[in-house]
Amino acid sequence: MTKVVKDVICPFCGTLCDDVEITVSDDNKKIISVRNACAIGAEKFNHTSLPGRVTRPRMRQPDGTFKEVSYDEAVDWTAKTLVNARKTLMYGWASTSCQAMSVGHEIAEKIGGIVDNCATVCHGSSLIAIQDVGVPSCTLGEVKNRADRVIFWGCNPAHAHPRHMSRYSIFPRGFFTVKGHKGRKIYCVDCRYTDTARCADEFIQVQQGYDYELLNAFRTAARGEVLPDTVGGVPKEKIYEIVEELKGGRFGVIFFGMGLTHTMGRNHNIDIAIALTRDMNDFTKFNIMAMRGHWNVTGSGQVLAWQYGFPYAVDLSRRTKARYQTGETTSVDLLIRNEVDACFNIATDPGAHFPIDSVVSMSKKPTVTIDPHINMSTEISDLHIPVAMVGVEVGGCAYRMDNVPIETRKVVDPPDGMLTDVELLTKINERVDELMGAK
Amino acid sequence: MTKKITLNMITCRSIFQGVGMEAGKTSQKYFNACSIIEMHPEDMKKLGIWKNTNVRVSSSVGSIVVKAVEPRELLVPGLCHIPMGPWANRIVPAYTFSTGEPCFKGFDVEIEPAINEPILSAIDVVKDACGLPIK
Repeated sequence: MTKVVKDVICPFCGTLCDDVEITVSDDNKKIISVRNACAIGAEKFNHTSLPGRVTRPRMRQPDGTFKEVSYDEAVDWTAKTLVNARKTLMYGWASTSCQAMSVGHEIAEKIGGIVDNCATVCHGSSLIAIQDVGVPSCTLGEVKNRADRVIFWGCNPAHAHPRHMSRYSIFPRGFFTVKGHKGRKIYCVDCRYTDTARCADEFIQVQQGYDYELLNAFRTAARGEVLPDTVGGVPKEKIYEIVEELKGGRFGVIFFGMGLTHTMGRNHNIDIAIALTRDMNDFTKFNIMAMRGHWNVTGSGQVLAWQYGFPYAVDLSRRTKARYQTGETTSVDLLIRNEVDACFNIATDPGAHFPIDSVVSMSKKPTVTIDPHINMSTEISDLHIPVAMVGVEVGGCAYRMDNVPIETRKVVDPPDGMLTDVELLTKINERVDELMGAK
Repeated sequence: MTKKITLNMITCRSIFQGVGMEAGKTSQKYFNACSIIEMHPEDMKKLGIWKNTNVRVSSSVGSIVVKAVEPRELLVPGLCHIPMGPWANRIVPAYTFSTGEPCFKGFDVEIEPAINEPILSAIDVVKDACGLPIK
């Protein structure tokens, strides 16, 4: 008999959908079907049952092939690499649980590593801006129940957060938003006509790279000042019209994404988006929220922030105090300047998502990658340690994009003998203790 | 003489890239979703190519062969898009302007037809750059 596990948390994006239903086989080993998840979430759950999964650590040989080794050998090699290195980059953390992070940070403190998460190539600019000017934000529940003016600026939830629009931002009916989509006015600002723009009432096509100018124009219009004829390709009449509509709303929210953080200006784009939000609060209630990508990248920021005071790129190599300086302790910069002598990747794939110069630099150093699946990072690493998938084969705490902690669930058993992130990191931590005690 | 055009490049997520990534980075789905460049039909005409032709895309840091396709989400002429992944990152400049954030969107690329040049697999794209043996 199969059984259905209800209210499963989807471990893909920062929306952390909590209504997924999964049918599993009676021996608790195989996922039969997935309901309520988006295409990406369903693929993630189904992937656990695909044949060809690596179940034991693999060490790269001189000829480039991989040889299977035991978990004990892998733990020993990893611990020795960490202890011998003067400065290790410990990157990733965005797809694992907060419990695993806390064990990882303990190791980093001992060996003087640099802990960085995926925000470094994602919403890092947003975090810099939030440190500079603060953030007037809310929870997704408030958006669902109250928001009647929703702006998607430089983000494309139709592709990156597929159920965000149906669960929170466009379609759902809430306590004060009983008409659902009809009661909301949706704006999409982007340089291309995305699938999110198709769902919006108003599409504002900004010239690529002119977001700062357009945000500034919105602020100017909100204060009733004069604008040039067009700003970033948008006519001034449209800007005045939209600003008046926004002022007339009861509760507004700006969701922003990589269109602001990856373009020229970076943190300054977010600075001014937050400043616009603050300005709009003179007229109505307005909020702003980052569309966080990885499902627990927010959690990594939270754990690092309450342990060390900084949300990413935390340098613990001085042992007695934590340092943070973007451009200096951020992963891509460290790698292109060759300032680390070992790499430890966990729960992410810098091999696929870092610019190639930093990947090449990583491939020249002793590198360990801890990941359930084969990816670009495992293939350039000296050691690949597979682990159970958090949120599918083991539970753990995660933070949603609005900083709400949610406990993820175990759905099926991991393959026999496979360690979880917490178990593996605890073993590495113990071995590091032994090696450092012997020094 | 081979034609060349210069376009403004952005790299973004697409749902097909997301599904391909979760199906496995070595899967055909991932290859199909990410080893492409979306270009406006007018730009293809300027370059003198049909859709679904291989092109070589070069930036200040490197070059890569991908397949030119018509955009699913409409682009303006002059703008092009490669979904995030190892192919896109072969040409993304790593300089971060002291923010930690590389230039994933808004950099110039030169595009030329490369009809007979093969597209490397995801792993080979990275291994080739790192000087590791390719099977």
